[in-house]
Amino acid sequence: MEIKREDILHLAELSNFSLTDEEVDKLGDDLDGIIKYISQLNQLDTDNIEPTYQVFEMENVWRDDEILPQDADREMLLNLTKEEREHQIKVPKVL
Amino acid sequence: MKIANQKVTAERLVRDALEKAKHFADYNIFTFLNEEAALKKAREIDSRIKKGEKVGRLAGVPYALKDNFLSPEGETTASAHILGGFNSPITATAVAKLEAEDAIMIGRTNLDAFAHGSSTENSYYGPTLNAHDKKRVAGGSSGGSAVAVALDIVEFATGTDTGGSIRQPASFNGVYGLKPTYGCISRYGVVAMASSTDCIGFFAKTPEDMDLLMSITSGQDTKDMTTLPDYYNNDSGEPTNPSKRHSRIGIIKDFDNDSVAPEIREALKSKIELLKSKGHEIVELEMPALKYALAAYYIIVPAEVASNLSRYDGVRYGFRSEISSHLDELYDHTRSEGFMPENKRRIMIGNFVLSSGFYDAYFLKAAKARTLIIQEYEKAFSKCDFLLTPVSPSPAFKLGEKVNDPVAMYLEDVMSVSLNLAGVPGLAIPAGETKSGLPIGLQLVGPRRSDKTLIEFSRELI
Repeated sequence: MEIKREDILHLAELSNFSLTDEEVDKLGDDLDGIIKYISQLNQLDTDNIEPTYQVFEMENVWRDDEILPQDADREMLLNLTKEEREHQIKVPKVL
Repeated sequence: MKIANQKVTAERLVRDALEKAKHFADYNIFTFLNEEAALKKAREIDSRIKKGEKVGRLAGVPYALKDNFLSPEGETTASAHILGGFNSPITATAVAKLEAEDAIMIGRTNLDAFAHGSSTENSYYGPTLNAHDKKRVAGGSSGGSAVAVALDIVEFATGTDTGGSIRQPASFNGVYGLKPTYGCISRYGVVAMASSTDCIGFFAKTPEDMDLLMSITSGQDTKDMTTLPDYYNNDSGEPTNPSKRHSRIGIIKDFDNDSVAPEIREALKSKIELLKSKGHEIVELEMPALKYALAAYYIIVPAEVASNLSRYDGVRYGFRSEISSHLDELYDHTRSEGFMPENKRRIMIGNFVLSSGFYDAYFLKAAKARTLIIQEYEKAFSKCDFLLTPVSPSPAFKLGEKVNDPVAMYLEDVMSVSLNLAGVPGLAIPAGETKSGLPIGLQLVGPRRSDKTLIEFSRELI
């Protein structure tokens, strides 16, 4: 498939990027080349093959439902943000 | 490795390491030097040694930490602008275990931002230079860690390997680099790239050092639900004494072609002869599905990257863009200014292969290819004990040679990614050098949980 400018803009929106025109052009070329490369998987016969999403051999790791001591407390986490007010993280307007 | 004792002080070891780090500053290895805290810890260890108190197995050993491991010393940035200013309040489990054995972190090392890359050129802080040729790349993504060990600044360094990020820089710089079995070492407190393939591992100078590091850091962690019970220290198994036991070593015929540099093929042949002379059996194997591993990898990994990196939005930590009058703008501008071009490519490819209409053709197809790759490894290990292959198709390439061509850069990983998809361990071992003096690396691959025998067997190749 040929990737179009509008596809790049759509993917940028899904990715929360605001791209310059130059970036849109460059990413268009790059993604086109990458998609061509990964499309060679079409040549592989995968009929009747189950997908694998993870290679960890165990499932359902259980533990008691109790609160364990945490490495970081609220104060430490709030210290990491740029703007804080009344023990909340401050961000620009939402609406 | 050099460990502090009654004769050599930890302070001496740490001072030497810091001096060397400064001496090699032009290689751009470190993003942070932990001078004050390292010397303080060294003096504490020395005073315990002097009093005859018990000290850890890594007493006073200076090490370097890849900058995607969280710890309170210095900023943890993953060499990405978007994590600039992030002082972690938590410590990665692997780091805590090393520190508990009295190892001393002297600095944080450079990487491709978020470990996306095979050359360390995608770092916000600029590329790290190869230990053997300053005009060439260190490899990546753990380039800084590999060079720190190769230049003998530290005794060992940590790394992460999602598709070759330990093995390839290890081979480019002539040191040992281990990607363990998936789930062997806790990933808690390490910046996530692709959760189903990410592995914690090490750069070291000898198989013995690697074994010690593995025995210290492996094991289950309640903070990482994908960690296996500690098989590394507990598997009784049959005692493997390689000199007495003859092993079967598999050679993958599909990798022996013109796309691999002649000098690497020669190095492989000479190691095969060495193994034969020691009585080991060589088994030729065909693994045709591995041809598709790179394509499957560059679908699965970007999909996981797009999900894992959605958390970086400028709200809770790290860099926040100034240009934002609205929350949506804050997300968009922070991410656009904070990510490197390769981060953006991978996030967008990930969102592409996961989006409706393309999911079945790409992501599902790659997940099925992954099953075939796993089956192919299982089949191979029914015929041999270990595989011996090149790590990458060529020795270290020149700075700037591939950085603007993403597919050419991805092809660097063509022989390393299948291990991560299958979850099997691989050890990069030094295997001589080219006529121009560039290190050549080979990788020894084993079935899941064979890490210990893999390390032991690597002595046969020395």
